[in-house]
Order: sequence, then C-alpha cells, then structure tokens
Amino acid sequence: MSTTLPAHLPAHEGEHRDPLGAKMGMWLFLLTELILFGGAFLLYAAYRARFAADFHYASTLLNPLIGGVNTLVLLTSSLTMVLSIAALERGLRRPAVLFLGATIGLGLTFLVVKACEWSGKIGHGLFPGSTELVERTAGENIFFGLYYGMTGLHALHVVIGLGLLIWMFALIARRPRVRVTLPAPAGESVRLATAGGRALWSDAVGAEAAAIEVSVVYERHDELLAGNLPRLDNTGLYWHLVDIIWIFLFPLLYLIT
Amino acid sequence: MAGAMGGAVPVDAGFFQTQGKRTGLLAWILSTDHKRIGILYLVSMLAFFAVGVALGLLMRLELIAPGRTIVAAGTYNALFTVHGVIMIFLIVIPGVPAVLGNFFLPIHIGARDVAFPKLNLLSWYCFVGGALLAVASLFTGGGAPDTGWTFYVPYSVRTSTNVTLAVFAAFILGFSSILTGLNFVTTTHRLRAKGMGWFRMPLFVWSLYATAWIQLLATPVLAITLILVMLERMFNLGLFDPGRGGDPLLYQHLFWIYSHPAVYIMILPAMGVVSEIIPTFARKKIFGYKAIAFSSLAIAFLGYLVWGHHMFTSGISDSSRIIFSLLTFLVAVPSGVKVFNWVATLYKGSIRVEPPLLFIFTFIFLFSIGGLTGLMQGSLAIDVHIHDTAFIVGHFHYVMFGGTIFGLLAGLLYWFPKMFGRMYNRKTIQIAWAFLFVGFNVLYFPMLVLGWQGMPRRYYDYLPQFHGLHTLSTVGSWILVAGLVIFVVHLIRATRRGEPAGMNPWGGTTLEWTIPSPPPQVNFVTLPEVTAGPYEHGGDEGRGGRRGPGEHHDRGGPEGARA
Repeated sequence: MSTTLPAHLPAHEGEHRDPLGAKMGMWLFLLTELILFGGAFLLYAAYRARFAADFHYASTLLNPLIGGVNTLVLLTSSLTMVLSIAALERGLRRPAVLFLGATIGLGLTFLVVKACEWSGKIGHGLFPGSTELVERTAGENIFFGLYYGMTGLHALHVVIGLGLLIWMFALIARRPRVRVTLPAPAGESVRLATAGGRALWSDAVGAEAAAIEVSVVYERHDELLAGNLPRLDNTGLYWHLVDIIWIFLFPLLYLIT
Repeated sequence: MAGAMGGAVPVDAGFFQTQGKRTGLLAWILSTDHKRIGILYLVSMLAFFAVGVALGLLMRLELIAPGRTIVAAGTYNALFTVHGVIMIFLIVIPGVPAVLGNFFLPIHIGARDVAFPKLNLLSWYCFVGGALLAVASLFTGGGAPDTGWTFYVPYSVRTSTNVTLAVFAAFILGFSSILTGLNFVTTTHRLRAKGMGWFRMPLFVWSLYATAWIQLLATPVLAITLILVMLERMFNLGLFDPGRGGDPLLYQHLFWIYSHPAVYIMILPAMGVVSEIIPTFARKKIFGYKAIAFSSLAIAFLGYLVWGHHMFTSGISDSSRIIFSLLTFLVAVPSGVKVFNWVATLYKGSIRVEPPLLFIFTFIFLFSIGGLTGLMQGSLAIDVHIHDTAFIVGHFHYVMFGGTIFGLLAGLLYWFPKMFGRMYNRKTIQIAWAFLFVGFNVLYFPMLVLGWQGMPRRYYDYLPQFHGLHTLSTVGSWILVAGLVIFVVHLIRATRRGEPAGMNPWGGTTLEWTIPSPPPQVNFVTLPEVTAGPYEHGGDEGRGGRRGPGEHHDRGGPEGARA
C-alpha cells in the first residue's frame, strides 16, 4: 500500500496571495513613515537656520564615537538582514534563521548603546526642562529637545522593527510539519520512502495496531518561499527604513560641529 | 438577517447571511469581508454622529440668548472642541471612503475584496478605539479638552484638561486613515478585473484613489505634529515653547500641512458620489470623464500648497500670504471643472429627480455657497475682517456638512437598495429632505451674516444686537435634527420593511448593478471581464426624451439583467 504525503502544507483558507501587492503596500507605508520623520526634519531645518551657532555648540556635547558605533551596528544589521533574505530566497532555512538572529542581536545592541548614551546625558543634567539646560541658550534647549524627540521616535521604530523581526524569527525557525494517519495493514510492514523511491525507514506492524500515525517534519523550499519570503522581504524593508532614518539623524545631530 | 424580519416580502440575505464558522456579533467584528466592514463603519459612525450632533445641539442651545444660558464658558469650550474632534476625525474624514468606499470599491473594479482584508479590519478597530478614546476624553483626566479641534499650542500644552488623550485619539484615528488609504491604493492598482483599464473605472473609484493618496501623504504630518504635542505635554521638550526658543507658529504650519489636504480627503469622495449619481439619473454618459478624473488628482495636488491660508492673520510674511492666496484661488479651477461637467451631463439628459439626485442637487447648491464664501476668505483683505468669526463657522459647515455629509447621504440613498436589498419610501425621504434643507440654511446662513457683522467664533456669549440671528440659527438646528431623525429612522425601518429593490432599481451601469441586492458573500463567482466604459446608457444619449419608469427598469446594467 502506498500513501503520498501532501506536497504542500494546507494554505490559509481563502487567503489571497499577491507578493507584489504586499510589497507595494509596504512601500506605501514606508512613504508615510518618511513623511512622519519629514515633519521632524522640517522642524530641525527651521530651528537650525534660526540658531545655527547654538546648534553647532550643542552638537559638541554629543559623543560622535558612540553615535558612530551605533551607525556601524545598524548598518551591519541591515547587511545581516539582506543576507537572511538572500538565504531564504535560496531555500536555505538555517542560515536565514541565523542571520535573522544576528539582526535581532545587533538591533538590541543599538538600543543598549542608545540607552547608555541617554542616561549619560541625563546624568549630566542635559534633558528637556532641566535646571542645567534652562540656563543655557534657547538654541541649545531646542537642539536637545529635537535630539531627544527625534532619537526617541527613532528608537521607538527600532523597537517596532525588532518586534517584527522576532515574529519572523518565530515563523521561520518553526519547521513545517505534516501528520498523516494511515489504516494499519496488520501483519505487514510499513515503509517510508521519498518520491524518488529512496527508503527512509521501515518497520513491521503488529496485529494489534488499529492505525499508524506518521508525523513528518520536513523542509520544502517552495513552502518557505511562498509563505514567508514576502513577509521577510517586507520586514527587511522596514528595517532598512529604520536604518536610513538613522543615517540622516547621525550627521545632523552628531557631526555638525 | 434582512430577510428574516417583519411581515415584509423576504429578500435573499446575501452577505448578511452568516456562512463562516462564527456566529452572531463575532461573525461581524471578526469578519474581513469588505462589505461587512463597510456596514460596521456605518453603524459605529452613526453612533458617534449622534454624539456629535448632541454636542452641537447643546452649543446652539447655549447661544439661544446672550449671557450664560445652560452651560458655563469652560463647558462651552469643551463642547466645541469635542464636537469638532468627533465630527471631523470620525465622520467627515472617514465617512464616504470607509462606508461607501469599503463597500463599493472592490465591486466597482470587479474584485472579490480589497488587497489587504485583515488590514482593513484593523483599520476599523483603530477607528473604534480612537473614537472611544475621543469620547472618553470628555469624562476622564483633568476634564474635557478645551482647545478647539486644532489643538493650537501653546495653550494645548499648558491647559490642564485632557488634551493628551484627545490628541492620542486623533493619532490613532490617523493611523486608521493611513491604513485605509494604503489599502485602497494597492487595491486599485492590483485588483482591477480583466479589461478594467484606468479610464474604465467608475469616477467614484478615481476620487477614492486620489483621496487615498492624500491620506497617505498628508496624515503622517498630522501624526508627527500630534506626537510632538504629546511629547511636549509629557516630557516638556520645549519645541513650541517661546520661553525656551520654540516657535508656536511652526506648530500651525505642521498642523495645516496635514489639515488642509484633509479638507480634500473630506470632499473628494463626496464628489465621486456625485459623479456616479448624475449619469444614472440623467440617463447619459458622464460629460468629460477624463476632466473629472484628472481634476480629482489636481485638487489632491493643489491641496498641499494652500495650507498657509489658515494663517493669514498669524504674522507670516506678506509675500507668503500673497502666494498662498493665489494658490488658494487656483483650487477653484478643478472644482469648477467638476461642477461644469456635472451640469453638462445633466444638459439634455432624461432626468428623473429620485431622492439620490435630489440630495445631489442640494450638494451642488450648498457646496457652491460654501465654495464662494471660501473664495472670500481666500482674498487677503477680506480674510482679515472675517478671520475667526462665525463667518468661518458658517463657511465650513456649508462645505463639510452641505458638501460631504449631503454627498454621503446621497450616496447612502443611491446604494441603499444595493446594500440592503430593499427600497425606502421616496415620499418619506422627500419630507426628510425638506426638513434638512430648510433647517440647514436656517441654521448656518445666519452664521455667515453674524460673522460679517463681527460675531467671533468660539464665544459662548455675545452682544445683544446678535440676539435675533442667533435665536434663528438655534431654531434651525432643531429643524435640521428633525430631518436627520426622520431620515435615519426611516432608513433603519426600510432595512427590514422596505419593498424588495431588485438587482438594479435605478438603471445604473456600473458593476455593482450586475450582482444581486444585497450582494452575496462572494461578490463575483466568476470575475467579470469589462469591455466598455462605466456609463454606457445606450446609444441615444439625451435624445430619446423621457421614458416611462418601467422602461428604465428594463434597461439594466451591461448585462441588462434584473432580478
């Protein structure tokens, strides 16, 4: 007797798949994110034009080394993100999962560095409304208002991005699994073989067995592709957005001295 | 649902019939069917509209006589703030796209659903969540917000009232708006049926498409503005605090960069409804299809460049005031293109003034008053005189209520038989219309006069010489509400007791009239293939003279079918 396992995992019922449409939706969403930060950059532009000298001075109070390290961390995380997608495109699940894990680790590193930087600044009394800042010039007040507002909003996006990455990690790390129940061919033997005829396993079935349940954990490239690639692609796009925003924040805040 | 009730003639329940594994309320609030989501929006919007109307009535009641009448000054401030927040963010912005757009966009382009059905449901949850927060801001925290719906700094940062919650509510509602826009743009690009070229789409789809782009491109600016207000209140950033170098005027710029395009989010879909209804009841192909389609895009584009006209008296430079004034007048061009094309469609048409068309005529009349008073404000010298007066209040109610809401009501009347499979009583709706039309003008026209005479907006008290017109306006609010009650109560009754409407009661030619009323859960069993434009009413456009009503029924959609 021969039973063929389903070639595809059961698709989500009635779900309409349109990877190109999904990507288009993501790009549109990224556009809205850019405009969201655009509003903040607009404020930055207006105030920097008004308080150019103060901004230059205030910028010296930031540590470009810490900012630079974080830039490196975030850029590397974008690289590992791309590698993860590239691996999944080729159907290589394990490297995809590893690179995704690396991306998550780098994202967390960014947040930790950011938190240390912030707490250092707050320790020196440089935070909005502090007695230290109130005595300084208007431009410095505005600069630190923008610094906390913009990097804070960016950090929030890193957190959201990490949430997406962890969700994707859970989706990809889980292997597809199929369970089939066969009527027991009493007294005969059961053989499990690939479609090509290569024997994987065989055993005799005792007379008392009523049914045999076979649970197969298997990896199929096209399944991984169909289900998770568009999602991972979109997660990657979002992660690159987080990266790109930082690429603009870093020079505007740290390197204008 | 619809078929099972009352002693009325049953109609097939269509998508109202629950087919999934869930039943009852869950089958609705967890449904990703665009038609059910449209109905969800309709029902929830109706509830919040009632709250907004009640607040408006209270304001008018306070203004019935000089001095304190029923509420104190602070309460009055809260009333106009929450009235504004509810009406703008919950009703006129999402109104037409979320209800009629959700229901008919996929059907109009021959699709089974929107591109992202789950995201669509999430939009509704954001809408309801934001709406509940907005209403909750009335009763919690330091008291109802009293800043006006514009949340101008520095007052919105300093007031002890519940501004943070109200601002957060508006932020969530903006998120809902963005997700809907994203969904509609993708749907229009990806899911058009075979043969449904861009210039075969109904004009309603064009207007939704233009609107969706504004939602995508403008709402994020509001989002960052609202985030900054929240950060100011919670963490004292000082970005808008003049005491620490901040500039409150930058808030106004950011706010209106969103909020002026938002005006076109409100009006464009209503204009799309007009473009659907007029050809059907004139039995003619629309005049100037491409001109109407592109004027939607032109309005969407120009809408970005005119925000400064909200700030003519705020101290911005003369040169920018002149430029913004000029650009403001330019918006009148594409708007005029639309109105002339509608009128040209009616010209020599075989016109039947059914209730939807009656409301469209009202739309054009009221919107023209709103538009012309808008031009007055666009000119710098006059605006200095009428800025922040009741004239402005009158103007934007003519545009928003007379325009958008009447467009929404017309659309509801037009598509009601399709959505619920039943027809309302035309006489009752005409009576409701009379109340609405008279009440509307008695309510808002005195505001134009009062403002011209110098009555400021947002004041709970006034000088004795304004008494007469204020009382007249308050009486108008009662007539208007009577009309709304008749309208809504009758339509709710008609969902159960109306006569079966059949597949195509108006003789419409777009795709929704080729499927049963109400539509089945799967819009199209086999996806349609489109071979002609959306408004092909036969070859004898306008020359055949009037036809009897029976003949109209026989000349159905492209397939000529009738239930």
